[in-house]
Amino acid sequence: MAHSAPAILSNSGVAAKLGKAIGAALLNTVEAYGEISFTVERAKLATVLDKLRDKHEYQQLVEIAGVDYPDRPERFEVCYHLLSLTKNHRIRVKVSTDEDTPVPSVTHIWEVAGWLEREVFDMYGVLFDGNTDLRRILTDYGFQGHPFRKDFPLTGYVEMRYSEEAKRVVYEPVKLAQDFRSFDFMSPWEGADYILPGDEKVGGEAPPPVPKTTEDKNDTGAGDKANKEAAKPSKRDEANVKKPAPKRTKSGTQKKGEGK
Amino acid sequence: MSDYLDEMDHLADDTDPTVGDLEIQNFTINFGPQHPAAHGVLRMVMELDGEIVERVDPHIGLLHRGTEKLIEHKTYLQALPYFDRLDYCSPLAMEYSYVLAIEKLLDLEVPLRGQYLRVLFAELTRICNHMLNLGAHVMDVGAMTPNIWVFEIREQCLEFFERASGARMHSAWFRPGGVHQDVPLKLLTDIADWLDEFPTLFEDAMSLVVGNRIFKQRNVNIATVSKDDAVRWGFSGPVLRGSGVAWDLRKSQPYDVYDRMDFDVPVGTSGDCYDRFMVRVEEVRQSARIMRQCLNEMPDGPVASNDRKIVPPKRAEMKQSMEALIHHFKLYTEGFHVPAGEVYVATESPKGEFGVYLVSDGTNKPYRCKIRPTAFSHLQAMDFMTKGHMLPDATAILGAIDIVFGECDR
Repeated sequence: MAHSAPAILSNSGVAAKLGKAIGAALLNTVEAYGEISFTVERAKLATVLDKLRDKHEYQQLVEIAGVDYPDRPERFEVCYHLLSLTKNHRIRVKVSTDEDTPVPSVTHIWEVAGWLEREVFDMYGVLFDGNTDLRRILTDYGFQGHPFRKDFPLTGYVEMRYSEEAKRVVYEPVKLAQDFRSFDFMSPWEGADYILPGDEKVGGEAPPPVPKTTEDKNDTGAGDKANKEAAKPSKRDEANVKKPAPKRTKSGTQKKGEGK
Repeated sequence: MSDYLDEMDHLADDTDPTVGDLEIQNFTINFGPQHPAAHGVLRMVMELDGEIVERVDPHIGLLHRGTEKLIEHKTYLQALPYFDRLDYCSPLAMEYSYVLAIEKLLDLEVPLRGQYLRVLFAELTRICNHMLNLGAHVMDVGAMTPNIWVFEIREQCLEFFERASGARMHSAWFRPGGVHQDVPLKLLTDIADWLDEFPTLFEDAMSLVVGNRIFKQRNVNIATVSKDDAVRWGFSGPVLRGSGVAWDLRKSQPYDVYDRMDFDVPVGTSGDCYDRFMVRVEEVRQSARIMRQCLNEMPDGPVASNDRKIVPPKRAEMKQSMEALIHHFKLYTEGFHVPAGEVYVATESPKGEFGVYLVSDGTNKPYRCKIRPTAFSHLQAMDFMTKGHMLPDATAILGAIDIVFGECDR
């Protein structure tokens, strides 16, 4: 262990002991980077967490984090981070779920779960059975969709501005002057799943060529011709032109424009 | 008069002995979103019975910027400055959890001088943050002068940040593997001088309030939270310690060189707003103590890891070495790849436990970066803490839990 991240008490034997305590509800145990995660059955979540709090001294629920894995049949993972103040130890308990299946709420075990569950619901659309106050929390009043899902675009769908005509804030479909640029750094031999231009000659389908077009003049960036006055060289420019360039030594001579 | 009494007697019946205002309705008001005592953009829908608060429903998210989503689309290094913008009153403390999480995934060793510098500036951040909070708290309950005095100390802290990183607030100075640049020796000596000077002004400012009758009337026995409640509501930091739980991550789960530091963890006795205030006052003194130890013990040497696959080379090196140039180019375009896995790293930020749950899929961008804000759980308990208190107490309670919305809403 070379890093200097927070040191908790040793994990030795904890995974086996708690795994035994969780019993049949335990689906998987992962111990990596000095942290233990238990994946448990969704239906038995509340019983497991109750047991961990009362019998095994994990007094505090620190965080509930949602994670979206769109490839999995149950795409959402809900991670409960527990902290034991007396044993000075942290564990993570996970359940997985999909868009429609609710996860049992733990608000009756920890009051703090109320808002944490609301946040996961707001961001991912995970439902919590038993949370009596499952409203949106971070997004705007009347917001639609769940923004942290991987299939939700980074830019969102609507943008808002104050409209002087309507005398209120109006929502409009989002318009961007430039697309969000996401660069793909995966090399083809590291598992990129698209065909690079030119590779179609070896086999496989080439992507259809998309010619770059502009639909109206404004898109070209050229605009109208500048007026004649503006096209004239300014006095300062003239002064620069007339002034002979200082002679350089023989090694430093360069043709104009070669530098580009 | 007797006529009037007869009439009243006639009006009242046995089931409802009140006369006059037959229906008393609770009053619902909006506290915020623009309110100087809300410390940012907080809207609280309050139900009042006279001046007694019956129910509070905090509406947060007015400063939600989708930081966690943005981070998923940036490389690890590009995501770092977002952390400065979370709790903009203590930016370096926010970066701390993030860089430690990356280092944990990479298992990257930080040179000793880098660790000392990070601890030194994390504690300077703590003083800087507490200056703002203590000042704002006394101002929320009616005192003006101490705030102006301690703001001067805060300004001096910000100057030190500027001299170390070039930015007063959004430093982006902690980097995976260490810190961005070494500090000049003069800065360290100036900090040492300042550590001798600032306590005078600080103690002067505090002497105006800590024993003050009005200040005590506004804070003692307001929003008393027991140990058990504080744990169940997920409290952390000075709010948890104010309730008497001696829990400080710097002591119990030390990171960097905190295990070499000698400092005390102040705890409260009754868990009210006054205790939370006093815990922070003592923390400032302890932070100064830690900073002195850092300055005394700090060794010479590199400030960031020499692993060139993660930490970019310095510019001077790039002028000499082709390899350094290649590393620089790769690190600032593609960035480094972090092995797949997940970690939860929490540090003791000035406001409490600030955690980062980092899920990596082996690429150069985080797959998921969940930020555990401190204010979220404290603010959730607002209803529980304010119930039964007067409306003006709400500002004292808000001041004592120290919320900043950049961090709460992310």
